[in-house]
Amino acid sequence: MVDSEIVLNGQTYAYTAYAVVIILLIGWFGIKLTKQGKSSAVSNGLFYTFVGFLTVLGVSLHIITYNTIPWVPSDLNRSDIKPDKVFSITVGNHKFILPSEKLMVDVNDKVLFDVSSSDLTYGFGLFREDNSMLFQMQVVPGHKNDILWMFDKPGKYSIRSTEYSGPKGNAMIVKNAVEVTAKTNK
Amino acid sequence: MTFKDTFLNGEQGLFKPASLTPMQKLVLRFVVVGLLYYAFAVVEGMIMRIYQIEPITSIPDYQYYAILTAHPLVGIFGATYSLVFGAFLFLVPFLMKKPLWSFKLAHWTFLLVTIGTFTFWFAGFISHFAPLYTLYWPLPADFTQFSPLGGTFFVLGIALVMVGTVFFVINVFKTIAYTPEGWEKQPAGALLGSALGLSGLKNLFRKKEDKKEHLVSLPVAAIARGTVDTAFNAGIILFTGVLILVYMIAHLFGQDLKHTAVDALLYKNWFWWGLDLIADGLVLIFVAGTWYLLATLITGKKLFMENWARAALFVEMVVSWTVWSHHLLSDQAQPGILKVMSGEMVTAFELITQGLAFFITLATLWSARPLQMTNPLKFLLGGLLGFALAVPAGIMQADIGLNRILHNTQWIIGPHVHVAVLVGLTMTLYSAVYTLFPIVTNGAKLYSQKLATFHFWAHLIGGIGMGAFMGMAGLKGMLRRAIYFDGEFNLYMILAGLCGTLLLLAFLAFFINIVMSVGLKGVIGIFTPSKLNAKDLLPAESK
Repeated sequence: MVDSEIVLNGQTYAYTAYAVVIILLIGWFGIKLTKQGKSSAVSNGLFYTFVGFLTVLGVSLHIITYNTIPWVPSDLNRSDIKPDKVFSITVGNHKFILPSEKLMVDVNDKVLFDVSSSDLTYGFGLFREDNSMLFQMQVVPGHKNDILWMFDKPGKYSIRSTEYSGPKGNAMIVKNAVEVTAKTNK
Repeated sequence: MTFKDTFLNGEQGLFKPASLTPMQKLVLRFVVVGLLYYAFAVVEGMIMRIYQIEPITSIPDYQYYAILTAHPLVGIFGATYSLVFGAFLFLVPFLMKKPLWSFKLAHWTFLLVTIGTFTFWFAGFISHFAPLYTLYWPLPADFTQFSPLGGTFFVLGIALVMVGTVFFVINVFKTIAYTPEGWEKQPAGALLGSALGLSGLKNLFRKKEDKKEHLVSLPVAAIARGTVDTAFNAGIILFTGVLILVYMIAHLFGQDLKHTAVDALLYKNWFWWGLDLIADGLVLIFVAGTWYLLATLITGKKLFMENWARAALFVEMVVSWTVWSHHLLSDQAQPGILKVMSGEMVTAFELITQGLAFFITLATLWSARPLQMTNPLKFLLGGLLGFALAVPAGIMQADIGLNRILHNTQWIIGPHVHVAVLVGLTMTLYSAVYTLFPIVTNGAKLYSQKLATFHFWAHLIGGIGMGAFMGMAGLKGMLRRAIYFDGEFNLYMILAGLCGTLLLLAFLAFFINIVMSVGLKGVIGIFTPSKLNAKDLLPAESK
């Protein structure tokens, strides 16, 4: 399965390549602007082609991500999917209150994290041991905040608030709170 | 001239404050204050850059977050609003070829923005009021963390800026529509219709022979449309400020109001709708209008595809009213339809409208080659590059899939926000400053071209570099509003800090260049009253 690390790597390569090309293009344009030569008008056709290209690009980005990033369809349709496990978590007074000290998950289980806040707006994110992010969502008081995630490989993940909730919020980290292990025969 | 003479009297003694009209002096006051607040924002930015490498022990975390709260507000309201309002209060009458509707009101705008910015900055500095600019409910009313008295003064400062903004809005629209004394009656409705794009819209449904001419120039139309968003935004911020103020004042009088009386998600939608009118509205529209104006001034040629440019400005205005949901893609209670339609699809239109403005500006410049690489041209190209980098970065994060792993990371604030603001917006503003400098100073000469060239390269490399390294840290999971104590992302933060230093040096080079161009006496002279007619934009003999 495509996991968030692969998606982030893909984005890094794609955006870096684009940034290099556009910087070189503007540099080339700046040099050409000052050079002697016949001034030719830009054709209207090129302009319309460019507008068409931007339109296709803007729309196709979302179609591509919907069809290639596995968590997008499951996120939009999560109310229709039966999770293998549900963890109800509450947040209040800048603390996560977990249903157990460690949240144990089997590989390939679909897990629903149902997080509610009793006071402020917080964030709920899972981070790998190298501090990279697996996923996150906002936790808004007075509303249902749930996210469905399928863990495709074993690992330990820390929970961290990803939204600013005042200076106290910086310490909202529960180290290695989620542990994903290879499925055992039950 | 000796260095001392130049420092006191400006380059070749050409800048004569006594020759300035009240309007020219007012514009220059806006510029001085704008640059002063820009310096505030740069210093605050550098403190935060150092803090991200190694938390500074003499600055506690609550002070850090107070800086984080003040930094964007000082940058946007104190610096950018001052520069933009000053420039547009001059350009609208200049381009409409009639006096500003009210010089007094413009002066009030200047005072309110200046005093208001200082008030909220100082209140934050003293009281450490730090709910950030996002003000997610009920954080600004959490009095276990923040002082309600400090917050009251903070909100009051913002309110002063907003009242100054409302005065600016009134002045712009009145100037477009009013009939100056002794003039033939002006068609107020038709002028406003043209400025807002309604006449252009009606033209789409008229036969070719019935199509009506545009009554206002394209840059004025851009200013008018951006000003609509400015007005809505001021209304939303004022209303939100009053709401927070009610909770604060009640608490000060010993009555704690229930936080649950305000729905946190509804509030978030409401506030982002208004806040996005800046980020995805007036900034993009004002910038596009400024690009068009600069391109025509630099080339002396007609704008390429002018009708498309007008239409795009109108579309951008409407788009800016409907894109806010891309800030709520990680809010699970936000309806899916809003995430897809407003958050993804409508937001993608910004790629089209801003891409169109990018293309039209480049095509206009191309039609006039060969051009000399002047300061306005090179900064304009820098501004275009800034948005060419920052808009696609924004479109990527405005995607349900990618937002799940990008929201609130350094990616958002680096390659998107800082590259858009520092490289795209600020370099466009610098281009305008270099263009308008000889006009509003009655021919003062720039002190050093070498300093201007250093300013350009240091700002460009510093701005793009800082955004890039912040972005790389974001892709590795670094959050934008967290403090890291164990050097988890130090490599990226050190590199971003070095680029931030380049930005600071660039600003110092620009500041020294401007002070040496007009001289210390000139700077003081800007703040003394003018004896010329307040209705004149330029001295009578130079018109």
